[in-house]
Amino acid sequence: MKKDNPTKKQNPITDLLRMDRIPHIWCPGCGIGTVLTSFAEALRKSEIDLDKVAVLSGIGCTGRVAGYVKMDSIHTTHGRAVPVATGVKLANPEMKVVVFSGDGDISGIGGNHFIHAARRNMDIMIICVNNFNYAMTGGQVAATTPKGANASTAPYGNFEYSFNLPYLAEASGATYVARWTALHLRRVTKSIQEALGKRGFSFIEVITPCVTLYARRNRLGDGLNLLKYYHEKSEIQHGADTRTVDISYQGKLIVGKFVDIDKPTFLDCMNEHLGKVLGDKYQPYGVNND
Amino acid sequence: MKKVKADPKGVLSGSHYLDGDYAIAEGGLAAGCRFFAGYPITPSTETAERFSERIPSVGGVFIQMEDELASIAALIGAVWGGKKSMTVTSGPGFSLMMENIGLACMMETPLVIANVQRGGPSTGLPTLTGQQDMMQVRWGSHGDYKIIALSPDSPQECFDLTIEAFNLSEIYRVPTFVMTDECVGHMHEKVVIPPAEEIELVERKWYTGPKDQYLPYKNDKDMIPFMIKIGDGYRFHTTGLTHDERGYPVINAECQDVCVRHLNDKITMNADKIIRLEEDEIDNAEIIVISYGITSRVTTRAVRQARKAGIKVGTIRLITVWPFPEKRINELAKKVKAFVVPEINYGQMVLEVERCAAGQTPTVHVPHCGGWVHDPDDILKAIKEAAK
Amino acid sequence: MTEIRFSGFGGQGIIRCGLITGKALSLYDNKHATMTQSFGPEARGSACSSQLVVSDDRVLYPYISIPEILISMSQEAYEIYEPELSEDGILIIDKDLVKMNPARGKIKTYSVPSTRFAEELGNRITANLVMLGFFSSVTSVVSADAMKKALPGLVPGRFLDLNIKAFDKGYDYGKEILAKEKKSKTPTQKGKK
Ligand SMILES: Cc1ncc(C[n+]2csc(CCOP(=O)(O)OP(=O)(O)O)c2C)c(N)n1
Ligand code: SF4
Ligand SMILES: [Mg+2]
Repeated sequence: MKKDNPTKKQNPITDLLRMDRIPHIWCPGCGIGTVLTSFAEALRKSEIDLDKVAVLSGIGCTGRVAGYVKMDSIHTTHGRAVPVATGVKLANPEMKVVVFSGDGDISGIGGNHFIHAARRNMDIMIICVNNFNYAMTGGQVAATTPKGANASTAPYGNFEYSFNLPYLAEASGATYVARWTALHLRRVTKSIQEALGKRGFSFIEVITPCVTLYARRNRLGDGLNLLKYYHEKSEIQHGADTRTVDISYQGKLIVGKFVDIDKPTFLDCMNEHLGKVLGDKYQPYGVNND
Repeated sequence: MKKVKADPKGVLSGSHYLDGDYAIAEGGLAAGCRFFAGYPITPSTETAERFSERIPSVGGVFIQMEDELASIAALIGAVWGGKKSMTVTSGPGFSLMMENIGLACMMETPLVIANVQRGGPSTGLPTLTGQQDMMQVRWGSHGDYKIIALSPDSPQECFDLTIEAFNLSEIYRVPTFVMTDECVGHMHEKVVIPPAEEIELVERKWYTGPKDQYLPYKNDKDMIPFMIKIGDGYRFHTTGLTHDERGYPVINAECQDVCVRHLNDKITMNADKIIRLEEDEIDNAEIIVISYGITSRVTTRAVRQARKAGIKVGTIRLITVWPFPEKRINELAKKVKAFVVPEINYGQMVLEVERCAAGQTPTVHVPHCGGWVHDPDDILKAIKEAAK
Repeated sequence: MTEIRFSGFGGQGIIRCGLITGKALSLYDNKHATMTQSFGPEARGSACSSQLVVSDDRVLYPYISIPEILISMSQEAYEIYEPELSEDGILIIDKDLVKMNPARGKIKTYSVPSTRFAEELGNRITANLVMLGFFSSVTSVVSADAMKKALPGLVPGRFLDLNIKAFDKGYDYGKEILAKEKKSKTPTQKGKK
């Protein structure tokens, strides 16, 4: 930062999005754009160097986010954004690595990567857009679809139990866990800002309506109605025991910041441990030795 | 193409007695590989073990991932993060990697995968040899793309060809494979590792022009686009979707045509530069035996006996298996009485030989379903039969 | 070309025997030596084996087929592998661990109490080195010098001296046996004269 500039250097929004790719592909009223706006807002407010932010996503409606952000961005394969992000982080520890993911991406096909990255406390941030279904492929049932909800591959209603993602994240080792709905714009932004400022595995779930598929199929009104509905049904309980934040079909949504702890990351542990065991033979990694 | 000397930190110069798996790890370290992500699988695990032991004092990261899907994914991330990266696996793990091998091809990501082949299908023969993934390496991921694959016949070549694989992968920005097998992987022999200054490495094709003019998929004169790394301020985008020069998705037939042709042509048009063969007594040969990897050693034994028996036999050892030496085989097909192709599978590369022979000469396959190398007598018998 | 099999049970350092000998031959004795070992379920059982193909030129076929030399440090390994030994091969056994069947063909047998010697030296885990010393002297396939050079990196550093001692013990014992053999031959030859 230049010395003669006393004001905080905030990132302008045009610097954050690939304007040459607008219009985007999302349906009118889709909540994904709202979450992206919160993300952009968080980056704008933070003084983070955008050259040092990488955004990755898998496949899905949410997976398209990586294509719209004007940062180093990789649009990977379905479910694999987390391990690619792991590679990016380990190759380049100075990066702030963010994974934008659908619920299917992160907890269905990519569930194993999700829990392992959390277990290792890999220093990456996950923003999960939970729209309770596989939207991109036409509204199929997902690991997050509440019992009783209808989906294109659960035409008689879903009878499987669904994942409680904050609980899964915490149990796996995440150091920051929050849940909001897409209408909690300021809160989502704040959570993202907090997570940007943290080291460790962070997980932010945003309950977001999929107007075209989930809402229509379950006769839940249009996007705005559903968004409002989610908002009204939500109850902020910071620090809630994640075991209690299960989501039922059209039931109460417990939101808030559930976990915010500090512990050494994968690279911290690696450097600490190998340094101790190997002494001078060890080449500390990612601590300006390159 | 910028050439540099190997970083002495990773080079274990001297004479060693190593198995092929260890030699692959040493080749990777000598080539400057500083990121290894893998998942244990017999008979390739020793490479991962060696890496995990050696990398802390060289400077780099070893990470054991949760599965092979994650291993190859992490490699792609690490390469875009600026590291040279590799992994090793065998049949079942190789199958799991297929989707993201396609992603690496699509994103033109240079990386190295060693496959220490075992007998398949499925769990097959975890501890015994095979050469049964030779077509999978070429065609295993969906869509049209081309890769480079090399086949070492000894621990020494495991070392040498791993370095070469890194160089080729950087030159052509393509996943490059070291297709060895359990026999070579687990066999101990002398491996000479030269001094670092004698190891020539190809540096990544870094972009150096103005930042705002960078186009991640704009081809240079040699057909290969320039690369940058995450964090250097280019704010680039890359995707597994069909994309234009900017790396932006374009979902139509025109863009697909450009994209797919490029991924294939950059290898096909450079095939002559990539392909390495070892030919022996080809000129007057009536019969040519074409083989690769460990099978070529066993073949040599059979061929010597055949020559003693008065048969004019030449040999071709495929060091580069893919791209396949189409032109050469086609040319030779006009001259010889037959090709004989022994390989430890039920008929894979022989299909390529047949295709290239294009009906000009018969092709005799000497199959072996895996679990052991050929009995040289079986190859000899095939040569004699073909010579009749 | 010479084919050698080292055999015994898991934990005796049988694979090590192959590694040390292979390294000695190919790095310090100017030979080509390809070592393979049994892997997998086969290697999990009690019999354990490593194989070496030794040659002046490049080894083409990596596996052994009719070994000329068999070293057996357990009864089970002996029973499994003896039948494949060449008719005029050399059989080397641990005297206390292997009870031999009547000798076959022109097979020459040498035996050494390798485990007992190793215990006397203070650590039975060096029995394989006693065996290697003995094998080197009675077969002359590999030089003692090369074998000792091959040890660093293949035996724990702090046990290097002990391992060399064990090797020498076996080596000297082998020389003694050869000398006795010579002596016992010489009188008959004299008698013929
Ligand atoms: C390996 C693989 N299997 C299936 C698909 C098809 N597919 C594309 S997106 C998607 C579901 C995405 O759901 P989610 O992650 O929840 O994202 P959303 O579209 O709901 O935002 C599926 C199944 C794929 N691309 N790759
Ligand atoms: S299908 Fe659903 S999730 Fe996808 S863009 Fe449309 S509204 Fe959004
Ligand atoms: Mg979804």
